[in-house]
Amino acid sequence: MKRLLILGPLILFVILAGFLAVGLHKDPSEVPSPLVGKPAPQFSLPRLDDAQQSFSPKEMLGQVWLFNVWASWCAACREEHPVLLELAKTNAVPLYGMDYKDTQEAAQKWLQNGGGNPYIHSVMDETGRVGIDFGVYGVPETYLIDKKGIIRYKQTGAITTKLLSDTILPLVKRLQAE
Amino acid sequence: MIPEIGHFALILALLVAVVQGVFPIVGAAKGNVAWMALAKPAARTQFLLVAAAFLSLAYTFAIKDYSVLYVASNSNSKLPLQYRVAALWGGHEGSLLLWAFILNVWTVAVTFFSKHLPQVTRARILGVMGLISVGFLLFLLTVSNPFERLIPAAIDGRDLNPLLQDPGMVFHPPMLYMGYVGFSVAFAFAIAALLGGELDAAWARWSRPWTTLAWVFLTIGIMAGSNWAYYELGWGGWWFWDAVENASFMPWLVGTALIHSLAVTEKRGSFKAWTVLLAIGAFSLSLLGTFLVRSGVLTSVHAFATDPERGLFILAFLVIVIGGSLALFAWRASSVGKGGAFDVLSRESFLLGNNVLLVVAAGSVLLGTLYPLFLDTLGLGKISVGPPYFDSVFAPLMAPAVFLMGVGPIARWKKAELPELALRLRWAFFISLATAALLPLWLGHWTPMIGLGLFLAAWVLLVSLQTLRERLTVSHQSLPERIRSVPLAWWGMWFAHLGIGIFILGVTIVKGFETETAVRMKTGDVAHLSGFAFTFDGVKSIEGPNYIAAQGTINVTKNGKAIATLNPSKRIYTVQNMPMSEAGIAASLTGDVYASLGEKLQDGAWSVRIYYKPMVDWIWGGCALMALGGLLALSDRRYRAAKRKAVYQPVPGAVAA
Amino acid sequence: MRHYLVLILMMLLPTSLLAEEAKPLAIDPQLEIQVHRLSTELRCLVCQNQTLADSDAPLAEDLRVEIREMAAKGKSDQEIIDYLVARYGDFVLYRPPVKATTVLLWAGPFLLLLIGLIGLVLILRSRKQIIATPLNIDESRKVAELLNKES
Repeated sequence: MKRLLILGPLILFVILAGFLAVGLHKDPSEVPSPLVGKPAPQFSLPRLDDAQQSFSPKEMLGQVWLFNVWASWCAACREEHPVLLELAKTNAVPLYGMDYKDTQEAAQKWLQNGGGNPYIHSVMDETGRVGIDFGVYGVPETYLIDKKGIIRYKQTGAITTKLLSDTILPLVKRLQAE
Repeated sequence: MIPEIGHFALILALLVAVVQGVFPIVGAAKGNVAWMALAKPAARTQFLLVAAAFLSLAYTFAIKDYSVLYVASNSNSKLPLQYRVAALWGGHEGSLLLWAFILNVWTVAVTFFSKHLPQVTRARILGVMGLISVGFLLFLLTVSNPFERLIPAAIDGRDLNPLLQDPGMVFHPPMLYMGYVGFSVAFAFAIAALLGGELDAAWARWSRPWTTLAWVFLTIGIMAGSNWAYYELGWGGWWFWDAVENASFMPWLVGTALIHSLAVTEKRGSFKAWTVLLAIGAFSLSLLGTFLVRSGVLTSVHAFATDPERGLFILAFLVIVIGGSLALFAWRASSVGKGGAFDVLSRESFLLGNNVLLVVAAGSVLLGTLYPLFLDTLGLGKISVGPPYFDSVFAPLMAPAVFLMGVGPIARWKKAELPELALRLRWAFFISLATAALLPLWLGHWTPMIGLGLFLAAWVLLVSLQTLRERLTVSHQSLPERIRSVPLAWWGMWFAHLGIGIFILGVTIVKGFETETAVRMKTGDVAHLSGFAFTFDGVKSIEGPNYIAAQGTINVTKNGKAIATLNPSKRIYTVQNMPMSEAGIAASLTGDVYASLGEKLQDGAWSVRIYYKPMVDWIWGGCALMALGGLLALSDRRYRAAKRKAVYQPVPGAVAA
Repeated sequence: MRHYLVLILMMLLPTSLLAEEAKPLAIDPQLEIQVHRLSTELRCLVCQNQTLADSDAPLAEDLRVEIREMAAKGKSDQEIIDYLVARYGDFVLYRPPVKATTVLLWAGPFLLLLIGLIGLVLILRSRKQIIATPLNIDESRKVAELLNKES
């Protein structure tokens, strides 16, 4: 009994150290989305290129598509932009964007200066309301939506080429085969 | 040139630390006097070298040398001198150098105040501290070098975060580190005792002043941090159970348990193994805190820029130091004797109860702080644990401990009589109950937490007054003589416990009765809150050394009488273009009036938040009393070995314990 | 002449009385109580250690606006919380929920206390068993000699 009491602290510490070691590889500020596995929130927002026209996720039923939230004031979006341009060229998956809490003018200028527009269409969420529905808290954020309109994957933070090839594109293929 | 000298000094210091860490300990095991004698000169040399490194970095900051990467990242030409130097510990690398420097300050202090220790013990203590220093210096030199050059040099620095450009930054981190790092002395004493196999009352008597002094610094450091947050952050909060705050609070809780446990071990020879474990625990929690702040496993406003590589190094260091010491404990602790016997109801058992409660409280804080990490690593989702959890768990655990604080000091050693205690304490108990029930009603409203807080505060204050009266009415001497005849150790305990009562009073009143209002104010508008009238006198633009500010003026009156003028302001620090709010505060014994400037609104008015915080300064006043108590306790004459000349008489019936 | 002077003085006097009572920042203070209560129970996801009430982040402001609109529509506290948890997960709760995964969190401190108290009682009981043998007069004298030698 006494042996157990005396060894106790050491054992507890070893367990703690184990958790800490694993924890080093985790990101404590990343908030996983509860929307994965649920239908994408419905909305109808004006398009960036033509505010008279609108776009809604309903139009994409039957297709697998990527929904990327970005903004002209967002530094990390700049890093992500070339990766998205490359992706758009391959036509592997349709890419739609949402310009979050921004102005039409600033956004269009940003796309021009960034080297082009990777999105089939972008919509404008000036108040951030739709962003809240999608649980956006730190742009850029990207959602992979399947044929039935269900969110199957969410990426918080910039998309990298590695992430595309390792995670997103394989998942796209699987979902397209469904 | 100077940075390179500093860097070189650190390398030399590492070599000396290795000598200091290895030879004395091996020498102690083998009885090699020459090797043991290396400890003192090695420690003092290491101190000089690390001091040289520290001073060279400080100098580099002072002369605005932006060819050093760390300086360029944390300083700026417009930064006033005191903040340029304080910026030294504003980032990860520099704060580690501060850690190493303070460790050396404590080590060199031990070399000066350890003449009464047997050489074997002293060699082991200095050796252990040397080994800890090896770890930190190695860390500094491998992955956290503050002297790294930036080529080409920056034209100007990126500036110190404006939130840190405050006297608090000059004071709070050094005090805190003196505390945290100071527990390394108690730790070294414990390891030395385990290595040598001698755990007796003498060991406890030697450890006590060092442990108490570290505890005093930690108390002051935490108090300074809390007060700084209060006036800096703009809404009057003073404790957030943030991961880094918890990282400093856990060693404090265990350190408090340790001080009490050492008292028992010294007086009665009991709890030896438990005291050693607490000494290891307090310092381990300090090291764990260092890990948590720098590894990126937890989010915190205080966290340094993170790097998994650094995290891994500290984790390895933790495993070696903590794992090693706990393994040593497991191996050696069973050979430690049991010590004096005592009854189920005795001062020993009350102190043991205090220890259990403090350790459980520390454990709960650890649980709450790390729980999100546990769940995340097990893939069970992500939650956040914040103040609502800690507040609801901590208060119920501490309440019994505070209650015991009234009983323990008057209970007898070895065997206390419950009826006698109840008799002596009955007035304090019933008056406290009455206060808890009635005072809130007179002040405005009653809630269970207010009732509990007032009960405990009244309890502590009344019992303190009672024990003071009892203590001072013993003989027929004059009052000053009687005061002087009471040992400083007793005064220390009295002030420290009183401090806790005052702290609880402050917390209870401010949390229970604080008021606030958010208004829009044009020049001439008056807001009313808690009997005060706040008249807005407009906003003017002023320029500081490295910021431009919009400063508001608010005149506060009560019943027509002018109380204070508040100047809340909104500053923009020009280098990082970062806005910051400075609150306008007028403090008094009964409470603070606190105003914070918001935004300029469309109609030209300003949004202003006004708070009244009754008795909030008693929170820090209580902490200051605790620290005073600690200082008094360690100045007690029994620690001045040369003055002791007791002559012992045989006592019939003295018991062999 | 004196009349004009008095008149002018009288006109100047009430300017201080014209000072208005500052209007509350919130359009609807009653509603604001509910908004504030909820904001202190929800975490800002950007400045992650602050509540929505304390944070200055744009997202915090947006969420406060959202909460205010829902509160104005008459939604209850629980409905508003559920709305945000559905979008942001449990992480947005400042007070961890009581679920299967957090049972250990909430029960932990009291389990620790229980273990501590049991340990305490066991140790206290075992201490009582140690029987103390008193010293005889020779042993007492020896002790005194040794102690005197030491000091």
